[in-house]
Amino acid sequence: MPADPNNGDDVWVLGTHMTKFGRYPDKDWVDLASESAMEAMADGKVTIHDMEILAAGSLFNASAGPGQRIQKQIGQTGIPVYNVANACATGATAIRTVYMAIKAGEAEMGLAVGVEQMGKMGMLTGATKKESKTYEPSGRFGAVTGVDGYLGTDGMPGVFAQAGMEYANDHDGVGFEQFAKVAYKNHKNSALNPLAQYRKEFSLEEVMGAPVMSYPNTLLMCCPTGDGAASVVLVSGERLKSMSKRAQKRAVKISASVLTSDPWTESGQVLPDVNTLTRNAAEQAYEKSGVDPSDLDLVELHDCFATAELLHYDNLGLCERGGAGDWIDSGGPFRDGDTPVNVSGGLISKGHPIGATGVANVYEVTTHLRGEAGDRQVKGATVGLTHVIGLGSSCGIHILEKAAV
Amino acid sequence: MTKKPARKTTAKTASVPTEQVPLVDYLRLGARPYLRAHECTKCGARYFDRRNACAKCGKTEFKNARVKNAARVKAFTIVHRAAPGVPAPYVSAIVTTEDGTTVRSNIVNCEPSPDTVRLGMKVKLTTYPIGTDDNGCEAVAYGYQPA
Repeated sequence: MPADPNNGDDVWVLGTHMTKFGRYPDKDWVDLASESAMEAMADGKVTIHDMEILAAGSLFNASAGPGQRIQKQIGQTGIPVYNVANACATGATAIRTVYMAIKAGEAEMGLAVGVEQMGKMGMLTGATKKESKTYEPSGRFGAVTGVDGYLGTDGMPGVFAQAGMEYANDHDGVGFEQFAKVAYKNHKNSALNPLAQYRKEFSLEEVMGAPVMSYPNTLLMCCPTGDGAASVVLVSGERLKSMSKRAQKRAVKISASVLTSDPWTESGQVLPDVNTLTRNAAEQAYEKSGVDPSDLDLVELHDCFATAELLHYDNLGLCERGGAGDWIDSGGPFRDGDTPVNVSGGLISKGHPIGATGVANVYEVTTHLRGEAGDRQVKGATVGLTHVIGLGSSCGIHILEKAAV
Repeated sequence: MTKKPARKTTAKTASVPTEQVPLVDYLRLGARPYLRAHECTKCGARYFDRRNACAKCGKTEFKNARVKNAARVKAFTIVHRAAPGVPAPYVSAIVTTEDGTTVRSNIVNCEPSPDTVRLGMKVKLTTYPIGTDDNGCEAVAYGYQPA
């Protein structure tokens, strides 16, 4: 169902870029963001002087004014800057900020940039409380010392392991092996992606035999920390009409842009509920776009841990309800399956520089819809979906469609 | 509640009786320890911390509720790589109590192995000391152990 660029009310991706994800000890996050922003504008054959809004996200630099720092590198034109922070949905939030400005008629063209520089920061855990010499209750639970490790885990591999095990508790045919297959698939996919942080294949046995971080997540089932940036230039349909045929042909329509947060659920009070808000976002996105899950040619979803990816097959309606285990066993999300998921290698192997992630998955899907994804190209792709979730929680979904011209 | 002698005393605290404190304020110690929740008087939603309004229904009145000690394991993970200073491996879990409240906890008095811990396993609340401060005050945590 190729999108018609003659509808002036739509918002389109005009240009996009991502740096290779990895580690850049010789650069800082401002360099990475600026490089990506310049390349995304060059890709769309426009400049900073065409931009009417800039939204920028870098979770760990949220108070540093990422957008203004980028402007100083690439052009201070005085346009409004929105610095956004929304956990792992930061990048998607930046895109949606520009999208809303164009939809509202406040801008015709804008730039969204996501960046993070994490280096080898190690495992992300909850805030560790300083060991005190005297026990004094403090904080909202009146805790006398840190609770991580006493009242369950705050470590990300464990939090997401529990989310996966909750699904295993509720549904048959889901266990260690099904979770491990996710990581096997994504490592294999990343071997074809020159922009991935890691490009090494592992056998299912190697995935399952790797050191256990938080059962059932082994080391190879957890995303790495790393550095990277990604950018998109968005344009109104009206403005796109006045641009070159080539620009129109390469433009990709945003058929749905959705952001949700947690509605109340009982278990969500203590274990982050990554499901309900994803289901709600997916439902809205399919409704707005008229796209059915069975129409999707590829999906880039938030596989921060292998246990998380499996849940989202179900949440996004890619498989039968409760059937995520059977779906991966049948090869559904593999490159040659019903709906390829994370052909980029996903967060698990492409990497997860937090602020960049939600923009990088739009880069990935856009590149496939343009037919420019090289060795990893999903042949004939015309419609795709991107999904991120930030704990707290925030879920961003974008549905993208190829231009008809 | 049993009072333990101070591990360390100073001139200032030598005459002060030693005591126990719960790790978190919603753990109520005593002869039969339990967890205390703030329960919305309208819809019954429970919270372990204070809320301005019920996140489910918006009502602003809460009462204290005693959470049942019997529970089942809803989800678990065996943490091998823990935060600095936290002994590993240990079993972290989400349990659902008999009265439908979800609680985060460790599973204690149980081998940290996927062969021992089971989804749906029956557990019950227990308490155990986790350390003593300079005043001889002992911190007590809660956990769930196989029932």
